[in-house]
Amino acid sequence: MKAKESLKKTDFSLTDVISIYDFSKADILSVLKRAKEIEAMTEEKKSKLLEGKTVASMFFEPSTRTRLSFETAIQNLGGKVIGFSDARVTSAKKGESFSDTIKVMSNYADILVMRHPLSGTARLAAEVSSKPVLNGGDGPNQHPTQTLLDLYTIQKFVGKLENLKIGFVGDLKYGRTVHSLAAALTHFNACQHYISPPSLKMPKHIKEEVEEKCKIKETEELEKFIPEVDVLYMTRIQKERFPDELEYNKVKDAYVLTKAMLKNAKKEMKVMHPLPRVNEIATDVDETEHAIYFQQTASGIPVREALLDILSRVKK
Amino acid sequence: MNKKEVIKKLQKRVTPIGNGTAIDHIQPGLGLRIVEILGLDPKHAAAIALNTESRKMKRKDLILMENRFLNEDELNKIKLLAKNATVNTIKNYKVVKKETLGLPEKAEGILKCINPICITNHEEIKTKFSIKKNPLKAKCFYCETTMSENEIKRYIKK
Repeated sequence: MKAKESLKKTDFSLTDVISIYDFSKADILSVLKRAKEIEAMTEEKKSKLLEGKTVASMFFEPSTRTRLSFETAIQNLGGKVIGFSDARVTSAKKGESFSDTIKVMSNYADILVMRHPLSGTARLAAEVSSKPVLNGGDGPNQHPTQTLLDLYTIQKFVGKLENLKIGFVGDLKYGRTVHSLAAALTHFNACQHYISPPSLKMPKHIKEEVEEKCKIKETEELEKFIPEVDVLYMTRIQKERFPDELEYNKVKDAYVLTKAMLKNAKKEMKVMHPLPRVNEIATDVDETEHAIYFQQTASGIPVREALLDILSRVKK
Repeated sequence: MNKKEVIKKLQKRVTPIGNGTAIDHIQPGLGLRIVEILGLDPKHAAAIALNTESRKMKRKDLILMENRFLNEDELNKIKLLAKNATVNTIKNYKVVKKETLGLPEKAEGILKCINPICITNHEEIKTKFSIKKNPLKAKCFYCETTMSENEIKRYIKK
């Protein structure tokens, strides 16, 4: 009962989870609070939260991490999972429109979790579905649960969200993870350093949005900034985003974080990474107190559990 | 013949329209794009003046279309293209409505998204954009891509 009471006091204002830009500060904090409460619950208590509910897990493109994390969360909360992990087995293959697939699925399930290779599909799904939609990634556009789990990880391991100094490193041009986190951190007065090769700089429109509320600095040098930051958010240079391999080869090894580079870091500084990593964090960093990227992935479960729990009570 | 007389003579060649629309004060260079977007009716007359002299703006484009009246979508398209234009509705040789345009608050169904992997370019759905002024920008409601002024002008639907 206590959990339900605390939920009533929260200020979650959304009926669907589509884009981090829809979230107010109160929305973000209410999800993080609920995730913390759920994480502290016994397995038995947790398994009653989605009792009698069916969640459709619709993955129109392959994903292991996000899909399994969602499906684990649904099962932990006692919900039933239906769905697919390959669009080729759906009626989309027969030519059914995306809107029709969503309308049909919203008759079967209480919540729709989805990932799709096209941008904007989650927003469209939310428009046509009579049930809440939870976006697990719409093309290169949004992946709000990743942002929320990043914020949850920062809050849990750094101990604060307000007035952070964070360095984003690597592919800041194509990485939707960094775009969304940079935007979300504007609610918390974060000072943001953008560290990238010139060809992979943070897009202008994101910088403009962030700059309205936060201080930003742009540089190509990584080591110089390490002693200043509370969080170093590393990213993979995504080979699949480059039109040709030559361009990729020019920048692929631009930033490789090693244990030696962390000698002047603040003691409590944390290194994050959305994973999978290639070579941008040397494995010797794993053994340091700074590394929290594996705990970060694990945060996906309580955060997704919190969102499912909250959405299971939403009336559209 | 001096310059003024030449202009007067040229202006006389343009028959005034009894019923239809006159789009005036178009920024020079945008007249043909507006005609391209609105399309010409082969059954009725139209006159297009390009880079003509203007007291208000030195140079302007001007379009006169007989028996052609603009609907809301068409007006919004012109607003996105040429926000300073004036649209005069003419009935029985009288201007019955004069509208100075300005930018629209939103653009629905009149703009194509620049993002090739936006769902609106793959499924029959009405596009929706929010409009930001100074500088002009349009943000897709679905894929969240922001389009610049030049991109907006190129992507207005015909």
